[in-house]
Amino acid sequence: MFDNIDIYFERILEGLPFTLWAAVGGIALTVALSFVAGIAMLSRSRPVRFVTRVYVEGFRGSSEVVQLFFFAVAVPIFFGVSLGATAEGLLLIGVIVLGLNHGAYGAEIVRGAIQSVSTTQLDGAIALNLSPLQRMWRVVLPQAVVEMLPSFNNLFIQLVKSTALLSFIATPEIFKKADELRAVPAFARELGLIYALELVFYLLFAIAVTVIMRVLERLAARRVGRPPVHRARRMTMGVSS
Amino acid sequence: MSKWRWDRFFEAFPYIWDGLQVTIQFTLLGSLVAYLLGLAFAVIRQLQIPVVDQLLWAFIELVRSTPLLVQIFVLYWIVRPDLLGGFTIETQRLIVGVTALGVHYACYTSEVFRAGIDAVPRGQWDAATALSLPRARAWTGVILPQAVPRVLPALGNYTIAMFKEVPLLSSIVILDMVYQVKTAYAADTGGAGPEAWFAAGLTFLALSYPCSILVRKLERRVGTV
Repeated sequence: MFDNIDIYFERILEGLPFTLWAAVGGIALTVALSFVAGIAMLSRSRPVRFVTRVYVEGFRGSSEVVQLFFFAVAVPIFFGVSLGATAEGLLLIGVIVLGLNHGAYGAEIVRGAIQSVSTTQLDGAIALNLSPLQRMWRVVLPQAVVEMLPSFNNLFIQLVKSTALLSFIATPEIFKKADELRAVPAFARELGLIYALELVFYLLFAIAVTVIMRVLERLAARRVGRPPVHRARRMTMGVSS
Repeated sequence: MSKWRWDRFFEAFPYIWDGLQVTIQFTLLGSLVAYLLGLAFAVIRQLQIPVVDQLLWAFIELVRSTPLLVQIFVLYWIVRPDLLGGFTIETQRLIVGVTALGVHYACYTSEVFRAGIDAVPRGQWDAATALSLPRARAWTGVILPQAVPRVLPALGNYTIAMFKEVPLLSSIVILDMVYQVKTAYAADTGGAGPEAWFAAGLTFLALSYPCSILVRKLERRVGTV
């Protein structure tokens, strides 16, 4: 049964860089968009709030698979074909969609965390004559980040799982690579083993994300002089609030 | 740079309508499985039977941290031929699709139910013991009637999330919205352009957004756990 296991590993390792880049790139874009959109939703200007709302609800409300197809199809048609033709181009489209989609969920996390910082903290900052930018950067955000990190942990695991969707637009990531083996009759009988390997890989990614985020949580909590957050072992999907 | 064609946008809706019925069917059946199985998981974990508890915990963590797409393929390509040989291919796909969605989301909803059960005050258990109710009766007559209504809005969120994940089933030839756009529409009009995908996205949005507003209102009224 384990005769071909080298081949399976080899194939999955070929796809690994794509999955890793999709995850890392997606997370980077998610964080950037979450902060921009999350802070914009608290803006005093009505048009800014409206535009951000449209982005957030549009991406949260429609299906990720549809968004993926929309961008994979629309980008080549509207901006010339070059981008979608290569594996790297497909990866880039995937990263953009992963980032836009999860950034919409992340925006709500950032907004909620900023709003949860107590108003007395703001009063204190105003009393100290800090400018609005200083208030945000030195008082509100360091405290809000402590609140955000557990939710971002869940969101990032969600994102890592979503990298498997890139197989829909033929990005050669690990699931696509494993799935291609199905066409070979000799391997078809060992699909159980192949998919089991895949599941283990994704599980390891999720564990890695959690380990990194726990460290960040501890650092962020220490920075604002709090004991590390005690949290229930519980995941949410980032669907509510 | 090509032009956006509204006629192609409107042409997509008949195909989307065909797929929408399938999508909704899978969402509802999948939710039913997810709720019932999630409740069962939560109750079993509450009983804290030594080995069963750890196994179930490991299973839930594995399912939650691996992609639904991989799980669908595991069920479709590995489990199916052995277990469901007697059914037609359509029934097999229905069973595989509903099971994959149901089991995946049950692992999320079980945590919601668990929080709901934990939120029932200790005194309720004591009272049930004082009245010497049998354990099963305490669950069905005292604990669950208090735990379940409070978590219903939270479960609604998972139904909405599931609705948006049904397109994954298009990969095992379930004729949902995405499958319809990708095959039937593309075959009739020479390829599914951005217009058709935009129409499909809007359809998802038009259905899921009002539902999530409704769930948010309900949450505010019932009080979430």
